[in-house]
Amino acid sequence: MAALASVGETSLEAPATRGPQGMQRSRRRRLNAFRYVVFTLFGLFIVLPLLALARFSLEGSKLGTWSVAAWKQIVSYPGLASGVELTLELAVITSVVTLVLLLPTMIWIKLRVQWISRTFEFLCLLPLTIPAIALVVGLGPVYNRIQHYSLSALQLFWVYVILALPYAYRALSSGLDALDAVTLAEAARSLGASWFTVMFRVIAPNMRQAILNAVLLTGALVLGEFTIAYLLLFNTLQPTLYSISRNTPNAGVVFSTSLASLLFAFALLIIVSYAGRRRRRG
Amino acid sequence: MSVAATTEAGARPSRAGRQPHLPAWLGTVPFFAYVGVFLLWPTGILVVNAFKNPSGSWNFGGVSTLWGPVVRSYFIGSFKLCLISAVAGAVFGALVAYAVASGKPDGAVRRFALAGSGVLAQFGGVTLAFAFQALIGPAGLLFHASWYYNFPWGIGLIYIYFQVPLMVLVFLPAIDGLKAQWREASESLGSSTWQYWRYVGGPLLAPAFFGAALLLFANALSAFATIEAWENQIAYTVPQEISTSLSSEVGLANVNAADLLAFGMIVMVAVVMTGYALLQRRAARWLR
Repeated sequence: MAALASVGETSLEAPATRGPQGMQRSRRRRLNAFRYVVFTLFGLFIVLPLLALARFSLEGSKLGTWSVAAWKQIVSYPGLASGVELTLELAVITSVVTLVLLLPTMIWIKLRVQWISRTFEFLCLLPLTIPAIALVVGLGPVYNRIQHYSLSALQLFWVYVILALPYAYRALSSGLDALDAVTLAEAARSLGASWFTVMFRVIAPNMRQAILNAVLLTGALVLGEFTIAYLLLFNTLQPTLYSISRNTPNAGVVFSTSLASLLFAFALLIIVSYAGRRRRRG
Repeated sequence: MSVAATTEAGARPSRAGRQPHLPAWLGTVPFFAYVGVFLLWPTGILVVNAFKNPSGSWNFGGVSTLWGPVVRSYFIGSFKLCLISAVAGAVFGALVAYAVASGKPDGAVRRFALAGSGVLAQFGGVTLAFAFQALIGPAGLLFHASWYYNFPWGIGLIYIYFQVPLMVLVFLPAIDGLKAQWREASESLGSSTWQYWRYVGGPLLAPAFFGAALLLFANALSAFATIEAWENQIAYTVPQEISTSLSSEVGLANVNAADLLAFGMIVMVAVVMTGYALLQRRAARWLR
């Protein structure tokens, strides 16, 4: 809450300018007032829906009473636990596959095949311009074909990797650009390292932070994914919540599970932004 | 892994006198193959299907149904919702971004706001709709907004929830690029705050602002989970109608409709994102 106490902090360099002191001071006062108003309104807009969600998740059987029943139901509600389990497994698999697919390719392109890097970047960012709902229309036939070989809902990871590409790419490329990969690789190679050693024992350990970012972003994306699972009829967390809310209006378990998954994703993403900040400060 | 495997043979310390080995680009084949199968192939399928009859023969006339009155109404609905949420999100987001930028460059407020925006911009979907339902829905905690289920306004408000933080993230670098010297220079020439924004700050920020607004527009266009959880009985937007025609049991005729709608959407997003890229390039000229 230190943040709230210091909302009014503006930089103190302003009075150094040539204008008359009084005008400067009044401008700073106006600016501070503006900041308080904006942060208060924005803060309320952001926090109120979350508070409402929390209150609904603690609603007792009678209106206006308090109870933790909805939170206990998360593990016992029919169909819900399996959805949670499936989603968590998908998050892990997707993160690993994204990393294994992307990281060696990125390092390799940086070191050996630079001429392909524009195409590579374009493809990595392309999923941002193809909405998931449009992708799923074309995916129907592809998934029909996969389903001949395997039956598990875990195969959703194939397309989740595509959805995660832009985010993982950005995280990894900021890490890779921050170090002089070519020099590192030349040094290692001249000392007799194989390309495998260069990648996994020289460069990758230097990008630990970027790799963590990519994994957490991918995990958070999978936790919140609804469109593709819903339309391909897989019962992951979000479609399950959706169908519970359709079948039993105002079921407390919907609100408690939503909040739980939200807090989990928040935790992941806050780790990302704080960890990323520490790296940049070096 | 396979990337390393293809080149392991050539990995000897001495560079000269290696036996001829595989070209380096082979290492990128697994990635391109993956993207080909799971991104390019599905996109290709839907584009091709958009130009075919349900029976399989080519039919370029099908595209004209995109201009039919029913289909057009979904595109107009999507357009309205995206416009409202993008404009409101861009304006409020720019104000928040300015408030953040005017604080200490390394202060707690800025860190907190950036971390929070990063989280909230990702927070859409089913849970967001539930949160607003709990706040202002029929049994809402704050009050029952009679317009909660009213098409562009109720859902528009929900969309603004994730649009504002996205705007903060995208627009903050542009505001940071405004140099203090420009303000000082215009003040030493006697300009008021209003004149500074009208003649200096505003024109400088305009390309970045409109570019960011376009990004918000595209962001709202692809959102599906939130609106589906908000109201699933009536289709107002293109994504909802795609979902309806995919899951309805009318048969093959509707699969083709889904392809057409998805094709129309991709074109729309591509146009918007191209505009975004162009404006970003224009903005980069001043703000670096």
